[in-house]
Amino acid sequence: MTTRTATLLPRPSLRFLPVWRRNLRVWRKILIPSVLGNFGEPLLYLLAFGYGFGRLVGQVGELPYMVFLASGIVCSSAMFTASFEALYSAYTRMEEQKTWHAMLGAPLDIDDVVLGEVAWAATKAMMSAVAILLIATGLGLVADWRALLVLPVVGLAAFSFAACAMIVTALSRSYDFFMYYFTLGITPMLLMSGVFFPLDQLPPLVSLLAHLLPLAHTVEIVRPLMTGGEVTGLALHLGVILAYGVVGYAVASALLRRRLLR
Amino acid sequence: MNSTSPALAATTAEAVVVAEDLVKRYGGRNVVDRVSLNVRRGECFGLLGPNGAGKTTTLRMLLGLTTPDAGRLEVLGLPIPERAREARRRVGIVPQFDNLDPDFTVEENLLTYASYFGMSGNEARSRIAGLIEFAALQGRENAPIATLSGGMKRRLTLARALINQPELVVLDEPTTGLDPQARHHIWQRLRRLIEQGSTLILTTHYMEEAERLCDRLAIIDQGRVIACDSPRAMIGAEVEPHVIEIQGAEAREWSARLGSASGVRQRSAGDSTLLYTADPKPLLEALGETRLRYLHRPADMEDVFLKLTGHDLRD
Repeated sequence: MTTRTATLLPRPSLRFLPVWRRNLRVWRKILIPSVLGNFGEPLLYLLAFGYGFGRLVGQVGELPYMVFLASGIVCSSAMFTASFEALYSAYTRMEEQKTWHAMLGAPLDIDDVVLGEVAWAATKAMMSAVAILLIATGLGLVADWRALLVLPVVGLAAFSFAACAMIVTALSRSYDFFMYYFTLGITPMLLMSGVFFPLDQLPPLVSLLAHLLPLAHTVEIVRPLMTGGEVTGLALHLGVILAYGVVGYAVASALLRRRLLR
Repeated sequence: MNSTSPALAATTAEAVVVAEDLVKRYGGRNVVDRVSLNVRRGECFGLLGPNGAGKTTTLRMLLGLTTPDAGRLEVLGLPIPERAREARRRVGIVPQFDNLDPDFTVEENLLTYASYFGMSGNEARSRIAGLIEFAALQGRENAPIATLSGGMKRRLTLARALINQPELVVLDEPTTGLDPQARHHIWQRLRRLIEQGSTLILTTHYMEEAERLCDRLAIIDQGRVIACDSPRAMIGAEVEPHVIEIQGAEAREWSARLGSASGVRQRSAGDSTLLYTADPKPLLEALGETRLRYLHRPADMEDVFLKLTGHDLRD
């Protein structure tokens, strides 16, 4: 078939917007618990770890532990928010609620639905980042206005996390399958990407491995932006994150086309 | 409509769906096996067949939601699946299983679905009042989907399918699972659409539904179209006009003694014996002399189906 490559590669378009807006509309209905969740959980983490551990650890390099941790939490929280949305919520809309089926009966393609879902997951992650930034600012853990530049970075990273999670959703036959992804993917990445402690505490091999994944690169941009440091190797960091996003989106779209249009 | 060539050309030009030799294979089996269809503008066209006959797969192919393994397909003049999305812009879909958005109210469902067509909020709102009325859901605009009955959900799904003022409405088993009253509500609305000149394609395994609504029917069995015509023409061509049904072993013995010389064609279907004849009088008289209970009725699509496929629609 001549359309082979055409059906393999996604064709993104602005048609993703109504899908994104649909999810926003639902989110607005449960605004209060959503926002409370955004603020509540990271606040607890920051306080518990920051005060608990911080007392033991004291300084990480030149930074007080709370300051060090806040930037890590922005990144990990973006990862979790985006992943959960693109796994559990997206799967519910695909399999339980058949929301996607309704969309596909309208003039939308799989590519539009996937892009809409991934963009929405990224949006939700950005909202949680905003919440944490506000908390961190309130606690005096943010150096200066450059912290605002964190938002686009987190948005991009969250897009990539969501796109990768969408691959897992595309392959899943039930919710149970997601545990593999968390146990084998997300949790190891969380522990070795410099969120809770600096990467140089780990053997060089682990650090190398971590840099094959997007979270470490996200932390390395976000941390200096929030703590007033110098961002180095920006192009490489963004490149890796972007690559996960683009490849993730393409693979997820192809898999879902195969799954839903059989 | 006659068969002079200009009229024929006009008919072809007015074809809403042209399918030629569609094939769909799953696991080495032809679920749809060289199906050819021609649906004309303004008609209600039915795909009648038992569960698993390939009706839904055929519909999915028409909508570009499944790629045919072979064959040629055009919907509203557009090649499918290549330009399926454009075609869907002008088509309304009522799926077999409701996929209303449970996170939204009745009105929000219509608004959100309209947005998938690129309609603005105002444009959608201007259509929604009419659609709510069509679905007889006035006063329930703000009701969550979970509070609607099965019939209401179906009517809302039908109303939703009309949001884009479609030229063609495709309905997959529109009344399956509904109680008789809810079914009549749906039929009423479908008839209204037909009167307004909409083109409808529906699948069903209820022959009553097919006979009541459809101008033309394709009988599908095991992936093949085995007959295609108006219900009346098919009944006239395929079966004798009178049917007498008798039940049980005693009835079977009685009918066996009739033999084949009596101008009566016999057929057993489950527990029943069906007697087909052009002239029921002698049979009825003979039956009157027995204690057998019988049902005398005109031939219907079920009989056509049984004759053509050798089995029951419900099998």
